[in-house]
Amino acid sequence: MPDHASAFDLLLSGDPALFAIVALSLAVSLSAVFVGTIIGIPLGALIALTRFPGREAVIVVLNAMMGLPPVLVGLAIFLALSHSGPLGFLGLLFTPQAMVVAQGVLVLPIIAAIARQTIEDLWGEYRDELTAMRVGALGCVWTLIWDARFSLVTAVLAGFGRAAAEVGAIIIVGGNIQGFTRTMTTSIALETSKGDLSLAIGLGIVLVAIIVSINALAWLARRAGERLAG
Amino acid sequence: MHTPDSNLPIAFEQASVIANGVTILDRVSLSLGHGAPTVLIGPNGSGKTTFLKLAMGLITPSSGRISWGTHGNGRLEQRAIVFQHPTMLRRSAASNVRYALNAARIPRKQQQARVDELLALVGLAALGDRPARRMSGGEQKRLALARALARDPTVLFLDEPTASLDPAGARAFEDVIRTVVSRNIKVVMATHDLGEAKRLAGEIVVLHRGRVLETSPAAVFFDSPKTSEAKRFISGELLA
Repeated sequence: MPDHASAFDLLLSGDPALFAIVALSLAVSLSAVFVGTIIGIPLGALIALTRFPGREAVIVVLNAMMGLPPVLVGLAIFLALSHSGPLGFLGLLFTPQAMVVAQGVLVLPIIAAIARQTIEDLWGEYRDELTAMRVGALGCVWTLIWDARFSLVTAVLAGFGRAAAEVGAIIIVGGNIQGFTRTMTTSIALETSKGDLSLAIGLGIVLVAIIVSINALAWLARRAGERLAG
Repeated sequence: MHTPDSNLPIAFEQASVIANGVTILDRVSLSLGHGAPTVLIGPNGSGKTTFLKLAMGLITPSSGRISWGTHGNGRLEQRAIVFQHPTMLRRSAASNVRYALNAARIPRKQQQARVDELLALVGLAALGDRPARRMSGGEQKRLALARALARDPTVLFLDEPTASLDPAGARAFEDVIRTVVSRNIKVVMATHDLGEAKRLAGEIVVLHRGRVLETSPAAVFFDSPKTSEAKRFISGELLA
């Protein structure tokens, strides 16, 4: 198994190029998840707590968007950010920022849809009490988000999983430029197509290790929080 | 000690509640005034919970009207309710009470003293740091009562407050109710427990199939109920 051995050698060598790829991947995915969280959770809460014509259709569309094809999102953002596109003046195409936008679009519906369901379920439980305590609309939203925080971690983790594993959208809008927009997933795709399996496997190991570590940390934080808050 | 406020009397005038075509309360007319607790009794599905929610102002009548106070301008903020199955917020017991104090806009500086006072009142002074959802059913009921009292209500509604509590838990809760009553807070409660009704009630309201069958002072009611349904209920018969 020479490729596996080379992969471990590469990881242990502390290759700066490899660590730059890992750092960029984390920066892009965590930024996308951050944006998806600060927009997605309030959006989910808003849909959970309000009643308006067409609400059911909005929920169906939001749920369906969890399965958005990444290449399609990449294509749409590519068209929007290209020189002749409506957002071309921003000059973001083939930059890490464009990759954050692409992953953010993929992550947002996942976080919003799971948050909507979680908060709506909790609202069913809390409605009478909060109404009796005369808690205002914003107070209700904040209370539900706070009290559902341990469940909402799952939504954020699902979003991170999607972002970290994604390749189709970011390869289109980022261009997979070495040292600039090359991430772990785009490198794995490229190196595999070139036949350099040791780097691809090394990056794969790092990617899986990061995903497992972040999920483990979140699980520990959730356990500790539940023990303290009930 | 409270001075009676403008929430009393609570006057129901031909108030009905109809949901999904089902009549839950049917043309209820009565007045709840100052004094000892008013206890609603009646079998399951008789409309007790809906009556309490209506009196609390959480729902509006489908027809008829309800008013609070002589001039009909009672303040919603001075009413509180403890539900049959109170929901504990996911935080400590003390934080649950603090949340209610915040909702009632009690100044932050006064909150800690009020939290301590209310937890002591319901016998939970030693459990302030415990996650509310990890408390026993009886403790959760008492915590819900502390939370309801946070807004310093003048009228308190209790829905089956001792249902599912063991005798010791029920006795502890009844003791707290007596303390609340001694503070000049009007208590209106629903119960299945005739013994509890005898021990606490100043006035009895019998509900059956959404209608008020009779309203009497407790002593008179238990001595000589006016209606055959009330007589059967007191004797332990099942009312259809």
